[in-house]
Amino acid sequence: MSQTPPALPLVFLLMRHRTLLAGGAIVTLVLVAALVSLVWTPYAIDALSVADRLKGSSLAHPLGTDQYGRDMLSMLMVGARTSIAVALLAVGIGVCLGVPLGLIAAARGGWLDEGLMRVNDLIFAFPTLLSAVMITALFGAGAINAIIAIGIFNIPVFARVARGGALATKSREFVLAARVSGKGEIRIIAEHILPNIANLLIVQGTIQFSLGILAEAGLSYVGLGAQPPLASWGRMLNEAQTMMMLAPTLALYPGLAIVVTVIGLNLLGDGLRDLLDPRLKRRAA
Amino acid sequence: MLVYAAKRFASLAATLLVATLLAFVVLEILPGDPAQLMLGLNAQDDTLAALRQELGLDRPAWVRYLAWIGGFATGDLGTSYTYSVPVADLVADRAVVSLPLALIALALSTVIAIPVGVYAARHRGGWQDGGIMALTQIGIAIPNFWFAMLLVYVFAVTLRLVPSGGFPGWGGGIGPALLALTLPAIALALPQAAILARVMRSALIDALHEDYVRTARAKGLTRNATLWRHAVRNAFIPVLTILGLQFSFLIAGTIIIENVFYLPGLGRLIFQAITQRDLIVVKSVVVLLVGTVIVVTFLVDMAYAAADPRLRKR
Repeated sequence: MSQTPPALPLVFLLMRHRTLLAGGAIVTLVLVAALVSLVWTPYAIDALSVADRLKGSSLAHPLGTDQYGRDMLSMLMVGARTSIAVALLAVGIGVCLGVPLGLIAAARGGWLDEGLMRVNDLIFAFPTLLSAVMITALFGAGAINAIIAIGIFNIPVFARVARGGALATKSREFVLAARVSGKGEIRIIAEHILPNIANLLIVQGTIQFSLGILAEAGLSYVGLGAQPPLASWGRMLNEAQTMMMLAPTLALYPGLAIVVTVIGLNLLGDGLRDLLDPRLKRRAA
Repeated sequence: MLVYAAKRFASLAATLLVATLLAFVVLEILPGDPAQLMLGLNAQDDTLAALRQELGLDRPAWVRYLAWIGGFATGDLGTSYTYSVPVADLVADRAVVSLPLALIALALSTVIAIPVGVYAARHRGGWQDGGIMALTQIGIAIPNFWFAMLLVYVFAVTLRLVPSGGFPGWGGGIGPALLALTLPAIALALPQAAILARVMRSALIDALHEDYVRTARAKGLTRNATLWRHAVRNAFIPVLTILGLQFSFLIAGTIIIENVFYLPGLGRLIFQAITQRDLIVVKSVVVLLVGTVIVVTFLVDMAYAAADPRLRKR
């Protein structure tokens, strides 16, 4: 755990970890597109124009326009922002609530641990997407409810990872040494356990991030995610479905955007895991 | 084994109980009076009260909860507010679409994933392995509904081999019904197969490093016999766990896929019921789906313990 990578310049480090490089590059590209969309997009995404309906690729519209005459590239950029914001905030909910719960369960043990883990199992029993569909459908569709719905199901995931990591670290010599030297429970957690499970949490974070992107796409595809005029990849796919005969490329770009982003995040996660903890075994799903 | 089974069963029962409570409480505290919804905003107070009484909404919550739970045993889940037919009949009508779909998808993904995973593990490090791993990486990243749209475009719109959506029902023969479920099942199965193939591969690679594999080879078993009789059998244990988990994904997946293909299954039913505030349908379908997942998880645990005696001690 404490073995730090040799202090090579970043460039060399990335060359040795091609997975990390590829994943990092893809994720950076999507992030930049999302950030740029905050200040500039080629066209306004709420600018409907009948004259520009269903245009093919051209210099004015590199990826063409949809059935309402909106510029596809601009829509994709804003969609990247929506996806990232929803998935990232959902991971945030999972980390902020799940990690403390997992740490408490590991530190206290006993009935508290047992109870928290039972609640965890219970949440796992609800298929995530089904519950997210329920939550957003019942409490109203929209980006905020999508974040909450996806976030709730990140909590047990992070709780489990934090608990597992904390239990494994708790019995190590340096934690014992810290305890013997008189440090309190909170200081031990903050100074010794948390830094040691940070690797696990970062890797899990990228996994949940990519799952969050897929979940957001699914929710907005069925109309329960971000609402117009905000663009989202899932909603773009929904709108493209009726146009499959006339303009199949409308369904191509948003789907590719999702796939490429998710692949990028998965590669980044794999790369980070190899970099941060070579001993950690390749996790399957 | 018996003690382990009893413990797991108690935990199953507790989880089911809490799940039903949760579904009931969430759907009870929601805004939206079904009686008001059925009669409209202009309804008279006494008409509303009469309808509430007829629907049993005037009884205390715990009585309604017990009546509802008891209904699962007797098959009487009440009457749908909007369809005015028994919920049990409605669910049964829709389940004959969703259940075959989920099972075909599960079978398909297993049949694809296991040979692919074994093949990749046997050629570990080779170009075959690399290619398969790259493909599964893409498979994991593809949203199943987008994959479904691509399948519709290629096989239904362009090649006209299969219908692009809808369901003819089982009454018109098994052939057309299965044809209608083909694309949805493939769309559900392939992304799941990608995950499963990766699990199969890594589990098999682990198993191939075990001592018993070396022993089997040393006693003169051929490579193939060792692989199939010893390594693959042991690799099935983690694969079984993932299969159990995937069932939950498949259930959720059918909800979205049914919407892509306009299949009249439980997923469509739950969407319609939610938009129409037909809460009695929503909570029964949710509990049924969640209950199925919980029971499947339990069965997987049991199969797991039967296959690996070491796990019973936990």
